[in-house]
Amino acid sequence: AGQDVGRSCILVSIAGKNVMLDCGMHMGFNDDRRFPDFSYITRNGRLTDFLDCVIISHFHLDHCGALPYFSEMVGYDGPIYMTHPTQAICPILLEDYRKIAVDKKGEANFFTSQMIKDCMKKVVAVRLHQTVQVDDELEIKAYYAGHVLGAAMFQIKVGSESVVYTGDYNMTPDRHLGAAWIDKCRPNLLITESTYATTIRDSKRCRERDFLKKVHETVERGGKVLIPVFALGRAQELCILLETFWERMNLKAPIYFSTGLTEKANHYYKLFITWTNQKIRKTFVQRNMFEFKHIKAFDRAFADNPGPMVVFATPGMLHAGQSLQIFRKWAGNEKNMVIMPGYCVQGTVGHKILSGQRKLEMEGRQVLEVKMQVEYMSFSAHADAKGIMQLVGQAEPESVLLVHGEAKKMEFLKQKIEQEFRVNCYMPANGETVTLPTSPSIPVGISLGLLKREMAQGLLPDIRKPRLLHGTLIVKDSSFRLVSSEQALKELGLAEHQLRFTCRVQLHDSRKEQETAARVYSHLKSILKDHCVQHLPDGSVTVESILVQAAAHSEDPGTKVLLVSWTYQDEELGSYLTALLKKGLPQAPS
Amino acid sequence: MKLYCLSGHPTLPCNVLKFKSTTVMLDCGLDMTSTLNFLPLPLVQSPRLSNLPGWSLKDGNAFLDKELKECSGHVFVDSVPEFCLPETELIDLSTVDVILISNYHCMMALPYITEHTGFTGMVYATEPTVQIGRLLMEELVNFIERVPKAQSASLWKNKDIQRLLPSPLKDAVEVSTWRRCYTMQEVNSALSKIQLVGYSQKIELFGAVQVTPLSSGYALGSSNWIIQSHYEKVSYVSGSSLLTTHPQPMDQASLKNSDVLILTGLTQIPTANPDGMVGEFCSNLALTVRNGGNVLVPCYPSGVIYDLLECLYQYIDSAGLSNIPFYFISPVANSSLEFSQIFAEWLCHNKQTKVYLPEPPFPHAELIQTNKLKHYPSIHGDFSNDFRQPCVVFTGHPSLRFGDVVHFMELWGKSSLNTVIFTEPDFSYLEALAPYQPLAMKCIYCPIDTRLNFIQVSKLLKEVQPLHVVCPEQYTQPPPAQSHRMDLMIDCQPPAMSYRRAEVLALPFKRRYEKIEIMPELADSLVPMEIKPGISLATVSAVLHTKDNKHVLQPPPRPAPPTSGKKRKRASDDIPDCQVLKPLLSGSIPVEQFVQTLEKHGFSDIKVEDTAKGHIVLLQEAETLIQIEEDSTHIICDNDEMLRVRLRDLVLKFLQKF
Repeated sequence: AGQDVGRSCILVSIAGKNVMLDCGMHMGFNDDRRFPDFSYITRNGRLTDFLDCVIISHFHLDHCGALPYFSEMVGYDGPIYMTHPTQAICPILLEDYRKIAVDKKGEANFFTSQMIKDCMKKVVAVRLHQTVQVDDELEIKAYYAGHVLGAAMFQIKVGSESVVYTGDYNMTPDRHLGAAWIDKCRPNLLITESTYATTIRDSKRCRERDFLKKVHETVERGGKVLIPVFALGRAQELCILLETFWERMNLKAPIYFSTGLTEKANHYYKLFITWTNQKIRKTFVQRNMFEFKHIKAFDRAFADNPGPMVVFATPGMLHAGQSLQIFRKWAGNEKNMVIMPGYCVQGTVGHKILSGQRKLEMEGRQVLEVKMQVEYMSFSAHADAKGIMQLVGQAEPESVLLVHGEAKKMEFLKQKIEQEFRVNCYMPANGETVTLPTSPSIPVGISLGLLKREMAQGLLPDIRKPRLLHGTLIVKDSSFRLVSSEQALKELGLAEHQLRFTCRVQLHDSRKEQETAARVYSHLKSILKDHCVQHLPDGSVTVESILVQAAAHSEDPGTKVLLVSWTYQDEELGSYLTALLKKGLPQAPS
Repeated sequence: MKLYCLSGHPTLPCNVLKFKSTTVMLDCGLDMTSTLNFLPLPLVQSPRLSNLPGWSLKDGNAFLDKELKECSGHVFVDSVPEFCLPETELIDLSTVDVILISNYHCMMALPYITEHTGFTGMVYATEPTVQIGRLLMEELVNFIERVPKAQSASLWKNKDIQRLLPSPLKDAVEVSTWRRCYTMQEVNSALSKIQLVGYSQKIELFGAVQVTPLSSGYALGSSNWIIQSHYEKVSYVSGSSLLTTHPQPMDQASLKNSDVLILTGLTQIPTANPDGMVGEFCSNLALTVRNGGNVLVPCYPSGVIYDLLECLYQYIDSAGLSNIPFYFISPVANSSLEFSQIFAEWLCHNKQTKVYLPEPPFPHAELIQTNKLKHYPSIHGDFSNDFRQPCVVFTGHPSLRFGDVVHFMELWGKSSLNTVIFTEPDFSYLEALAPYQPLAMKCIYCPIDTRLNFIQVSKLLKEVQPLHVVCPEQYTQPPPAQSHRMDLMIDCQPPAMSYRRAEVLALPFKRRYEKIEIMPELADSLVPMEIKPGISLATVSAVLHTKDNKHVLQPPPRPAPPTSGKKRKRASDDIPDCQVLKPLLSGSIPVEQFVQTLEKHGFSDIKVEDTAKGHIVLLQEAETLIQIEEDSTHIICDNDEMLRVRLRDLVLKFLQKF
C-alpha cells in the first residue's frame, strides 16, 4: 500500500526476522495488479522458509483479500496471526469476494473455497495485549484499533528492537466501536496508515446530523436513498444511527439491508460485543444494540416498489454486486439519492460519481446518466490528521513510515510529523525498501552482589566525578554475565596475583620515628580530605589501603626513611603519595 | 523473598508475596463457611424459624437466648450473617502494590481489602473474571440487603462466652474479625480499581517484576500467574482444571522452570469424579420429576451451572423431561446467561468454533428460546404467575443461609417427593441442611469440582519441575476423614513447604543476577579474550545508571580537557580518586624469563636468590629488590618513579588483568 490505498502488504525485516504485515487485494484492478507482488519477498526459495510469520490487521479485503492466493497458490505454510473476530469474519468476506470474481465475472485461475478453508487452518488467533511468542526471539502483541470489529494494531518485537504497524485505525470512538489506543512503547519504527492525511474532520455530531437530515428530506419527498456499504463495519454504525433516529422521529419508511450476510454480520457483533465500545458493552444485557427493529432484510424485488425507502447495499464502492444493480435502477430519478459513506478507490463507479462524472459508461457500451443526487459523507473509521498525530504522540516512535494513503497528502503529513516530533518520516512507494539503522544495547546479567555494592556506594551520583563500575564480563556459551573481578577469578579457578610496591622515601628529620609518623599523619590528613587517613597504634599511617611506615636510617640519624607500600590496585594513589612525601613535610610548629 | 499467608482456606487463598522491591497480593478469597453458623434469612416470614427456642447454658442461664437459637440439637446465631476475612494484621495492607486475581471465586474479599486498609495499588484480572465476579458480588449484596435484619449479635463473640458454647461455634476461629457483607457502593469502588488483562499479557511492575496471567482451565477467564524477573520465576497456580468443560484449556507449558510454585485451589472432593457426579445429578433429577416431585439445585449464578444446563439440554428429550419447566432464579440470572455468550475468546476450542459460524457458544440460548429454561430475578413478580410444579429450580445461595433457596427449602422440605441436589463443593451439605432439620425431602450430594486432583497434581509437578513447591498445610497430609489415604496428598521432591493462616514463609531461593544493559558504544569498546576454551573475558569499566529499576552501563566519560591556566589549581584537584580501581591480576611470573626480559631492557648486575616460597631478584645497582612468589610480586625500591613504572610494566606483561 505504498503511496496508495489498496493491497496492503508490507515486509518488515527486524533483527534477522521477517514478518509480512497484511496481505490485501486492490479494488481498482482486475488483473495481476490486484494482488501484491510476492516476488519482492524472495525470488528463489519458499516463502515459508523466508517468512517467520504473517500478521493480518483486520478483515477488510484490502488487508486480507490476497491471503488464500498467497498461502495456497504462491505457497506459505507458516503461522498467520489475526484477532478472533477477524478470524471469524475474514473467511466469509473472502468467500463473497471469490463468488463475485469467479461466478459473476467468470474469472479463471482464482482461489477456490477449499483454498480459503485451508488457508484459515494456518491462522493462529490472538487476543488483545497478549504477548505471542512466535519463536524464542520474535514476539508480537495486538492493540485495539477501533477501525472495524476486531481491527488491531500490532507491535513486533525482537530483543530491544520493535516496530508497530497500525493497520487501519480510528482515534475517535463512534457509536459502536471504541478509540484506538497504544501505550508509550517507543518503537524504533511506527508504520501508520494515512488515508486521511490532510483531512481534519469536523465534529462527528455535525456529520451525523447532516446525514440524517439528507436521508430524512429525501424520504419525506418520496425519494429512495441508496447507501452503498461493506457488510461489516460502517454498515452497523449507520444502522444504529438510523435505527435510533427512526425510533425518535417515529418514521415509517422502510429501511432494508441487502444480502443475507447482514443478519449474520449483526450476529457476529452480538457475540463479539467485548470488542465494541464501553456503552454498548454496558447495556447489552438490557438492550442489544445490534438487534434492529426497523431494519429488515432486502429482497431484489423491493427495488421497484413505489414510495420512499432506505437501502443499505453491498459493496461499498459501487464496483459490483447488489449496490451497483440498485444504483443503475435508481440513478435516473432526481428524487433519489446515493450517499457514499466511505472512501472510494480510483477506477470504481463510486470514485467516478464522486469526482463529478454524471455520464457513466457501463458494460456493453451503455451510457448511464446519473440524475440522482450524489452525496459524500466521510463515515470511514480512519484516523484523520489529528488522530494520526495523536497516535504518534502516544507511541513515541524513533521514526515513522506512512502507508495506505495518497502520495500528495502523505507528503504534507510527513512534513508535519517531522516538524512536530523531530523524527524521520518515510513514505516509500510500492516495491521500495526503507532501511533503518538501530543500535540495540546488549543485555547481560550482572551479579547481584556487584550491583548492590555499586548502588550502595553510588546513591548520590556526582556529575563532576562519575563513579566507575568495574567488573569482568564472562562470555560462555553465548551467555553474558558481568561479575566482580574477584568472582570471575574464583569462577575460573584462578588465583589472584598480588603485585605490591614499596618505595623508600628519605626525609630529613632528626626526631623519633613515632614523631615523624605523627607529622606524616597530620600532613596527609590535611591534604587528603576526601580519603580515609588513619594513624594506627603501631605507629604506621594508612591512607585507604596504603601503608606508610617510618623507620630510622641505618647510617644517618638525621634522616628517616618512609616506607610507602601499596598494591597495584591503588597504583595511582600510591604513586601520588610517594611524590607528595618526597616534597618533604611542612615545618612543624614548634 | 517472603510469603505472608493471610487465609487458611486452601481453595479461597489470600497470600502476599514480597519479591524484589514489590509487594504482590495473590487472590483475596472470602471464607463464607462462617455463615453456616447463622440462621437462614427467609424471604418471607417463617414461623418455624422465628419460633425456634433460645439456647441456654447447661446451668440454665439463658442470657444468650436472644442471640443463639437451637434447632434439632444445633445452635445457630440469630443475626445478620458474617464472613471470615483474610488476616489484616499480619502485614500492613496499604503497602501492597498490586493484587492479582486468579478467578471470580477468589476475589470476593476484594472490597474489604481495597476499601478499608488504605490500599492504593492496582488490581489485575481478566475481563470475564471481573464481569462474573461483579455478578457474584451483586447477588450476595442483594441477597443480604433485601431482607434487613434488625439484630446483629455480638455477645457470643466474647472469648469467655465463646468457650462455653457447643461445637462448632466453640471452635470457630477469629470470630472477632468476622464482618458483615459490603455494600454495592463498596463493590463498585473496589471493581473500579481493577485493570483488565488478557492471557499471556506481560505486565511490568515498576520495571522490576513482570507478571503474566495464564489460562488455568477452571472457569471463564480463570488464570494462573507467573511472577518473574529476568532471573527468577514464581508460578502461582490457583484453581486449575485439566477437564474439558467450557473454559479454555490450562496452559501448563508456561509454568516450566519455576524456582517456586505456589499451589492452591485443588479439588475439595478428591474422591469424586466430576463426570460421574453429573450423571448422578441427571438421573436423580429425572427420577424425582417423574415421580411428581420438585428438584432444588442450590448453586452459584455462574460456573458449573453452564455445564449442568448443557448436560440437561442433551438429556431432557431422551429422558422425557421436555415438558418440565426449568427455572433459574437469581438477581443476576439474566446477566449471567447473557455474559456467558460473549466471551468467545475465553472458551474452549469447540465453543469458539461455534461462535465463528456464528452461533451462541452455549446451548442454554436455545433452552431459553424454546421456553424450556426461564429465568427470574427473584421469586417475587413474574415468577409467582409462571410457577408450575413439578419443576426444577436453580437458585442461590449454596450455603442455604440466604437467597431464594431459603424459600424453596421451607416450601418443599416437608415432602419426601422433592429432592435437593447439592452440586457446589464449597459447603458441607450436612451443615448447610442443619437449620432445616427435621427434613422429609430427599438430599442428594453430587459435588462437582473440576479442579485438579492429587493424581493430576503429581503429573503436573513432574511435567513442569519446579525447584520448590509451596502449598497450604491441608495438602501435605491426607484429609482428616480419610487418614489412611496416603494418595490424597501432595507427593513431591523436595517435600512441599506448607503454610497455614497467619504464617510468614521465607521462600528458599537466593537471587544472584540482575539484568543490566550495556550501551552499544561501550559494547564496541570491549575486547573479550579467550581465557579457557569457550570462555572469554573482558574487563569492563563503565558508569552505572539506574532509573525505574532498570540498569544501564554507559561508557566512562572522556577526561575533561585541562582547564586553562588562569584559574589557580587547587591542590586537591591532583589527588587521584581512590575509587578508580585498577583491575585484579592473575597468573604467575617465570623467573628465568623475567630476568631475560630485564636484561633485554638494559638492566645489568642482576642477582637471583632462591627463597622458601620463590625467588628474590636483586638489581644491585639500583638498590632494588623484587620478590617473586607463586601468587605475589613485591617491588621494593628507592623513590625512583621512572624505574618503578618501568619495572611495573615489565611485570604486568606476564600477568592477566581482570
